[in-house]
This record gives sequence, C-alpha cells and structure tokens, in this order.
Amino acid sequence: MNKQSGHLSEFQIAFRHFRRNRLAWTGVMILSLLYGGAVLADFLSPYSFKDENRNYSYAPPTSIHFFDNGRLAWPYVNGMKLSFDEYNKRVYQRDPAKHYPLQFLVKGEEYRFLGLFPCRRHFFGVEAPGRWYLLGADARGRDMFSRLLYGGRVSLTIGLMGAVIAFSLGLIIGGISGYYGGRLDNFLMRLCEMFMMVPGFYLLLALRAAVPDNFNSVQVYFSIVIILSFIGWAGLARIVRGMCLSLREREYVLAAKSLGLSDIRIILRHILPHTLSYSIFAVMLSIPGYILGESALSLIGLGIQDPYASWGNMLSDAMSIVRIKFAPWILSPAFLIFLTVVCFNVIGDALRDCLDPMLKAEGHRDG
Amino acid sequence: MLKYILKRFLVAVPMLLGIALLTFVLIRMTPGNYLDTVRLDPQFSQETIAYYEKLYQFDKPLLVQYIQWIKNLLRLELGYSFHYNVPVYRIIGSRLWNTFLLSLAGFLLTWVVAIPLGIWAALHRNQFIDRCIQFFSYVCFSLPSFFLAMLFLFWASQSGALPLGGMYSPGFESLKPWGQLTDILRHLVIPAMALSIGSIAWLQRIMRGNMLEVLGQQYILTARAKGLPENRVIYLHALRNAINPLITLLGYEFSSLLSGAALIEIICSWPGLGSLMLTAVRSKDIYLVMASMLMGGVMFIVGNLLADIGLAKADPRIRYE
Repeated sequence: MNKQSGHLSEFQIAFRHFRRNRLAWTGVMILSLLYGGAVLADFLSPYSFKDENRNYSYAPPTSIHFFDNGRLAWPYVNGMKLSFDEYNKRVYQRDPAKHYPLQFLVKGEEYRFLGLFPCRRHFFGVEAPGRWYLLGADARGRDMFSRLLYGGRVSLTIGLMGAVIAFSLGLIIGGISGYYGGRLDNFLMRLCEMFMMVPGFYLLLALRAAVPDNFNSVQVYFSIVIILSFIGWAGLARIVRGMCLSLREREYVLAAKSLGLSDIRIILRHILPHTLSYSIFAVMLSIPGYILGESALSLIGLGIQDPYASWGNMLSDAMSIVRIKFAPWILSPAFLIFLTVVCFNVIGDALRDCLDPMLKAEGHRDG
Repeated sequence: MLKYILKRFLVAVPMLLGIALLTFVLIRMTPGNYLDTVRLDPQFSQETIAYYEKLYQFDKPLLVQYIQWIKNLLRLELGYSFHYNVPVYRIIGSRLWNTFLLSLAGFLLTWVVAIPLGIWAALHRNQFIDRCIQFFSYVCFSLPSFFLAMLFLFWASQSGALPLGGMYSPGFESLKPWGQLTDILRHLVIPAMALSIGSIAWLQRIMRGNMLEVLGQQYILTARAKGLPENRVIYLHALRNAINPLITLLGYEFSSLLSGAALIEIICSWPGLGSLMLTAVRSKDIYLVMASMLMGGVMFIVGNLLADIGLAKADPRIRYE
C-alpha cells in the first residue's frame, strides 16, 4: 500500500488541513518575507545599520519624484536642505538642484553576502552624496528601513531560539518528571512552581541583573536567549509532565520496558512523541511572548545596545512621546512587532485546530 | 478552609525563599556591588565604606549573607536601600500599593468589559457584530501592551485630555480629598487601559466560547421549551454556568496583569513595584531587588489564592480540605 492511496500519517493530515486555512497560509508568507528580509539584510538595505549622518537627524521619508520639469523621468530623489524654523525645529526642504536617480544594485558600503564573499552592491539605493530614506531617519540620521531589516535579525531569531530552548528543556524535564514520578517528580515540580511563582517580568529583570555590564553584543544576545528560555520552560514542563503521568501507564511502555530499553530511550522515543502535537502549537503560540520579552527588555534599555539594531531598542526612541509627532516613523518597529506577533498567533491557532480536534470541539475557537 | 489557606502559605514560604536565594546569587554573581559605586564617590570616607561593608557582611561568603538576610526578614527587617538611602520597607510599601491599584484597575476593567462583550458576541454568533468583535479582539490580543501605552500617551499629549504618565499632578497636596481621588483616577486611565486591552480580547473570546457551549446544552433547550422568557434563560440559566470556568482564570489573570503591569509602569512612569525593581536592578541595590522580588511573589500567591477561594465559593462541587 503506498501513501497516495489515502494512508496518511497524523501529521500529513494535519498539514493538509493547515494548507487549506488561507489566513494561516498568509501568515506563513508574511513571516517568510520578514525572515527573508532579515537574512538578506545587508543586501536589501541601502545602508548599514550604523551608517549615520548627523545632518539628517529625523529626516522624513524621502519623496520619490517621477516627473522632471513636467516630463516623465526615471524615478529620482532630490537632495535635502536643512534649515531651522522660528522654534528651532529642524525643517528639511527639497533641494531641486541635486538630482539622484534611483538605482538597482547600487554600489555602497562593503559587506559579506550571506557571510560568504565580500560584496559592495546593494539591492537599491542612490549614489553616494545623496541619501534616500525609505522610511525616514532616526535621531542619528540612520536609515530606519535598513535598521528594521537588521533589527529583524535580532528580534525574529531571539524569539525562535528562546522558544526552541525552552521547548526542549520543558519536554525533557516534564518527561523525566512524569516518567519517574516520586521524589524526583516532586523536586522538579517544586522547581517549576518556584519559577512560575514570581511575575515573569520581575524574573526577567532579576536574571538580566546577573549579566555583566562588559558583555559584548553577541554575548548579550545569547544571554537574553538564555534568560527568556529560563523563564518559559516551566509552563510547558508542567503540562508535559501531566501527559507523561498517564502515558507511562500505557501498555506499549510496559512492552518497551520488558524489551529492556533504557529509560532515556523510552522517554525520548516512545513517550515524548505523543505529547508533540500539543507542544508544537503550544510553542508556536509562545513565540510571540519571547519576541515581546526581547522587545520589552531592549525598549527599557536592558537588551541589545545601541549601534546594533533590534526592534525593541529602535522603539525606545519613541519613549519620549513628543517625538512621535515630529517623526511618526519611529513607531515603525512597533508595527513590525505587531505584524510578527499576529502571524505567529494566526499560525499557532491554525495548528491547534489541525492538530487538536478535541479543543476545537470544545468551542475555544470557532467562527 | 482556613487550614487550606494556611497550608498554601506554608508551602509557598520555602519557594519564596528559594526565589530570594536565586535573586541573591544572581545579583552577587556579577562583579561589583553598590558599595563600589560609593567607593568612587569622594564624599564617602573609607571608614564609612568599611562600616557598611561590615554591617552588611559583604566580606563574608554568599551563604552567610543570605542567612543573615533571612534572619533579618524574620524580624520584618528588609534591609537598607543604598540607592535611596532609606530602609527598604519605607519605599516598598507605597510602591506595592500603587502596583496593586494599577493591577486591580486593569483587572476590573478587563472583567467589566470582557464578560458582557463575550455574551453579546455569543448571542449574535456569526453575525456582523460578532465578526467585528472577533476581528478587533484578534488585533488587540496581538498588540504589544507597551505599544498601546505609547499610542495612548501620544494621543493624550496631542489632545491634552489626560495627564502624561506619573501618578499625581503637581500641586496634588493642595487638592481636596475628592480632587485627589479624581486626580489619581485620571492618571490611572492610560496605564489601566494599556494593561487590560489585551486581556479583554483574550477573556472575551473565552467567555464567548463558554457561552456558546452552554447555550448548546439540553437544559437550555428544556428551559426554552417550557416557555421561559429568553432573558431568564440567558441570564439565569446559561450565564452562571458559562461564567464558572472563568473563575479559575481569575488568579491567572490577576497574576499576568501583575507581571504586565511592571512594563506599563516603566513606560507610563507609574511609581509602582515594577519601576522600582528596574531602578534597583540598574543600580545593583541588592536588598531592594530582593524585597521587590519577594513582594511580587507574595502578590502573585495572594492573587492565586483569592481565585481558588472564589472558585470554591462559586462552585458548590469544589471543597478544599
């Protein structure tokens, strides 16, 4: 019997269901775009994340012109002239004398394409003295669009990595706890409760306090991953443990035991796979929490530090809210965070509907 | 019942101490403590520093320091805040109250809005209004609370309708009691809204699901069949059963609000426990951090406990012995 003849595994059936859900599929597409943008950030972004120009502090998005003296022309941008109005506010005016046509594969700062070979071409941009701000500039005149792409590298991966680590920890600890039971179970569950007993954000702050100030950005990045997964594992571990308590009484576990398989093997190969359909969507739905955790930490200045971009620390500029009026584009990282969170939620919900028909029947989500 | 409450507290005590130990080790693990900052300050003499070092036993091993802290705790002595230069208990009391106030406001707002909204949506299932509510709740559920807080603050800065962060207006002392109350309430609006909108969306969805489930039960059909007016069927028979499972969520909800409140406090500069914790962590003010952690935990436990008691009161099938 081959697989085409209707003999599908549980996950294949679930995947078919999932593909039929258009909303979730859109979510997958948007996320792929965001992740793709983050991976190809150096190529897609016209400028590097630390390419600053103090003359263009909070410069508005550059307008693109299609007509030159009333005649259709190749799209171009004009130079900008900085002046101050009577309240000493910066005003950027168009300087029609300077004319920079938009270009594809324009030469710019050197980077390593995908980390492999050096390259100077950026996907689009304008020639050097001109500046093109697709989404405006930040306080130091760095291009928001470029920084958003680079920031995605941090914000999008930190959540994923944190979730994967927390997920593995939760599965393993929950599995061990549920399988062995007794004193070990008691100890591990008390440990879990200890972590669940303090409000998450306080724990986040306390754990962050343990990270030395002299860490460089890569070290800070990984310590945030570890901190986030440290907070998240307990919830999953408790649920997995509950499932394992009943799973270990099943006959196939007894069979596996009498065959003389090691405990670790029984837990990893025979018990934990049964908890997988629950844990997959649980993890999917937990990823937004990690992304928000990183953003929150960076937002209050305890996360990724300045020249490096993350959506959270870019947003910290908007903490002084009067700036939002003069430069509303500094809120753009928040929209990307929101978009990512929505996508993960939509996908997680769809996965739950596919993988867990029981929950759907209970009416947790319909309509 | 009383025995149950006592037992819960007794179980919680070692865990809280464990959390405090973890915090303690974490903070002392990093090089430097608050006295190092003081050491650089020429205003302090070497003798003063040596005195403090001895007083707080910073020269002793970690475990001795920790045991000393617990001994002090038994005498309700939370230690001394180096950053604020006052004993910790003098700061933490008011902060605790402020955080409680904010969480409570968020909590009340959530329940007062979400429950009727959920019922309304369930009664108009799959109609236009239900679709709208579900769509907006999906959006609101995914909106980060800090973003909401920023948007609200921005709106307030533009319209001038509400104060921008903080808890008191300047000149608060000179107001009459009634004026003081309204002043605090006005400051409370933005953080409470930012805090609760996500929870409203979430709770509304659950309430709608429960209500739909109950409305499909046979006793509702019976009630309708014997000719009860629709209002009685919904508000007397269905509602009570639909709301019951939500009470289990009370504690969880309150605790998550408490945790979420910390970030909102920082953004809206609400003088609560969360913003205190941030200051304390930043300045490595060890006793303040530990006390904040401890208080956060205590509030968490009390919230959960209240929910369990509420559940026992609401559902006669549950008895704690």
